[in-house]
Amino acid sequence: MAETTTYDVVIIGGGPGGYNAAIRAGQLGLKVACVEKRTTLGGTCLNVGCIPSKAMLHASELFDAANTEFATLGIEVQPKLNLPQMMKQKADSVGQLTKGIEFLFKKNKVDWVKGAGKIAGPNRVEVTAEDGSVRVLESKDIVIATGSEPAGLPGVTVDNNRIVDSTGALSLPEVPKSLIVIGAGIIGLELGSVWRRLGAKVTVVEYLDRISPGMDAEMAKTFQRSLTKQGMEFKLGAKVTGAKASKTGVSLTVEPVAGGAAETIEADYVLLAIGRWPYTEGLGLENVGITADKRGFIETNHWRTSAPGVWAIGDVTHGPMLAHKAEDEAVAAIETIAGKAGHVNYGLIPSVVYTVPEVAWVGRNEEELKAAGVPYKVGKFPFTANSRAKINHEAEGFVKILADPKTDEILGAHLLGPQVSEMVGEYCVAMEFKAASEDVARTCHPHPTRSEALRQAAMGVEGWTMQA
Amino acid sequence: MADIMTPVLGESVTEATVARWTKKAGDAVRKDEILVELETDKVSLEVAAPADGVLAEIAAAEGATVEPGTVLGRVTEGAAGSAGAGSAPTASPAPTAAPSSTPTPVPAGELQPEATPGKPVPTSTAVPDTSAPKSEPVLAPSAQRVAAENNLNPAAISGTGKGGRVTKGDALAALEARANAPAPAAAPSAPREIHAREERVRMTRLRQTIARRLKEAQNSAAMLTTFNEVDMSAVMALRNQYKDSFEKRHGVKLGFMSLFTKAVVHALKQVPDVNAEIDGQDIIYKNHYDIGVAVGTEKGLVVPVVRDADALGLAEIEKEIGALAKKARDGQLSLEDLQGGTFTITNGGIYGSLMSTPILNAPQSGILGMHKIQERPMVVNGQIVVRPMMYLALSYDHRIVDGKGAVTFLVHVKDAIEDPQRLLLDV
Repeated sequence: MAETTTYDVVIIGGGPGGYNAAIRAGQLGLKVACVEKRTTLGGTCLNVGCIPSKAMLHASELFDAANTEFATLGIEVQPKLNLPQMMKQKADSVGQLTKGIEFLFKKNKVDWVKGAGKIAGPNRVEVTAEDGSVRVLESKDIVIATGSEPAGLPGVTVDNNRIVDSTGALSLPEVPKSLIVIGAGIIGLELGSVWRRLGAKVTVVEYLDRISPGMDAEMAKTFQRSLTKQGMEFKLGAKVTGAKASKTGVSLTVEPVAGGAAETIEADYVLLAIGRWPYTEGLGLENVGITADKRGFIETNHWRTSAPGVWAIGDVTHGPMLAHKAEDEAVAAIETIAGKAGHVNYGLIPSVVYTVPEVAWVGRNEEELKAAGVPYKVGKFPFTANSRAKINHEAEGFVKILADPKTDEILGAHLLGPQVSEMVGEYCVAMEFKAASEDVARTCHPHPTRSEALRQAAMGVEGWTMQA
Repeated sequence: MADIMTPVLGESVTEATVARWTKKAGDAVRKDEILVELETDKVSLEVAAPADGVLAEIAAAEGATVEPGTVLGRVTEGAAGSAGAGSAPTASPAPTAAPSSTPTPVPAGELQPEATPGKPVPTSTAVPDTSAPKSEPVLAPSAQRVAAENNLNPAAISGTGKGGRVTKGDALAALEARANAPAPAAAPSAPREIHAREERVRMTRLRQTIARRLKEAQNSAAMLTTFNEVDMSAVMALRNQYKDSFEKRHGVKLGFMSLFTKAVVHALKQVPDVNAEIDGQDIIYKNHYDIGVAVGTEKGLVVPVVRDADALGLAEIEKEIGALAKKARDGQLSLEDLQGGTFTITNGGIYGSLMSTPILNAPQSGILGMHKIQERPMVVNGQIVVRPMMYLALSYDHRIVDGKGAVTFLVHVKDAIEDPQRLLLDV
């Protein structure tokens, strides 16, 4: 006989969507449980996604800088890679952060129920623990926050030995001499960058004829030029039709999308990073009459599914598969459940590629505005004209601001350059407040900082950039 | 610091104009002393000091438009005044003046259509210089620049940003609206030249209101008029027969207005659409019969309301109309006397009108026009006979009242007047 506990809200999944939902529910005084299959909280993001990849990006960036840039600054060193230590510092950080969520759960009286959650019927979640024991949770509301998993590709079998997905690519046992990345999206370019900096020859194979779909085309072009200069190779408009792994490497069959002869390319490792799929396996959607769409996404209307009392947030629903999108939806869905006015501004979810240079953007890009027939003005400012970037010898990239020609309201902000991930938030706030480019242009920014480029670009919208 | 607030102005009054301050900032004031006079569409009111002290600030200058709750100014409690209270324009303190929230009736001059109750007037972005400050508006840096460079009143720009913040787009829109502002704003700046034997007189606020409301009624309603005529023989005979005993018993003359009021209530019950109003996408049906009776005065037409006319006898209606008309002529009408009518009767016949098309008293949906009684040859049972006839006009809002309803309504009124026993039997 399974033990039954009654809750106000049961959240299935402990990633950025799930754990933030649980914390917010706890704050609002709801009796809440968060069901997580992993042995640690944090989901893909903390365990095998955003967080460990940023740990590797940071460490590898410093290694690369020590190799290539320190001498310019007058520091002569001969860096030596200690890969196990690099992996350990990554694991330590991840461990601390997942423990941090456990602490936040306790602080907000969230019950962490360990095991795989399954919706057994209306208001019922069955949790099967690792030892096979089953617990039943009764709940007024159920929030699905089960996230996503790496998408597969016919002909390419991920064995996480020689052919790895993003999880495997975070923990390769050695620096490959050569690595082929399938997919020129954010994950592929970030992890490709990590291993290139540590010494691998990296080739990126992409089906489309451009990298980074969703990124403003001008930024993507500049970005590709940067990565190419760093030594990354690109095969665009190329389709992978097969992969054969051996003990020591992989041979990959690639055909031009436009037609033509197939070729075989060899590498020590292959990273498959063509995207992610919603993860709903074994979730019991059928028990409450929810049908996922063709691609596995759960349809929602303001985070409500078609089943009463069942909600869905994050990667299992439509929209960008981003931790911060899931986090915003978590807050909004829980606040709605609690009778408050939950809201997510889907037009202002920023995107970031954490490479060098970084690319960050929020709002709409030029192609989207053109397609929508929305007129816009452009203001641009290069980091070569920014003093801080210049003295740091990191003057690559530029800032581009798009604004309404009539009201001057900012429509999009596109940043490519050093640490722009930390700067795009300024435009998120400005745009959330419907700011005009002139508002940023007339806001005092500290000197010397890279953030001055944001202001100078905003000035450019109305033609009064002063420092370029 | 005590705020001097704009009081509630009456249910259908949404704004007032600051007519006059009796004190300057810095003057000493005493509690309940009249500080400021407000003018509304219907009445003027006086607002008194909320406390003893010094008038610290005048927030709404003379000419400013204010809404209930708007802060007019502030009094620093207990402070001593500057220079001397005697410097005030009207120094005589009026400690026994009416409490600040009591509206004082204005001398007669009044308007015809009432304001639409429950419909707040949206703050215009177009007229930046007449609106009084709401709370402190928050302007984006760019909007501040636009406002400063173009002398826009920040308080008059409606903000579309978070929490009502004014964005650059809002400020630019206000600027554009000002540039495109039609006649009302532009006209005074370029008044027509006055020729010999011409005289220019500024419209009173009441006259402006009459003009605006009549035009609003025409603009919003799908207004048209249907006519009928009524043979007054029966009611005239009735009156002749009973006028003495009626007056003796009730102390008031039996007139046609009470009979028409009764006939109208009778007809409204048959055709409820005429007693209804449109509110947004809804229709509000009124199960009460408050009949406005237009009364001419020296300064204009006023429409005091006879409440629950269905529950009153003819004598009571006559008394009520008589009392209201006297109040109107004496300028003693209060806001309450003028509000909430569901239908209006206007009698142009007293001035000799034979036929007219009255304009609706918005938001009402019907108005009955009575006219001059004139003896005319009529054909009755194949014979030409002389009958005292009156044309009746019903102007109605076709959005809510169908032609059939309007015509039926007027036929009900006609039938009741031609055969007043119907009123007794309710048929």
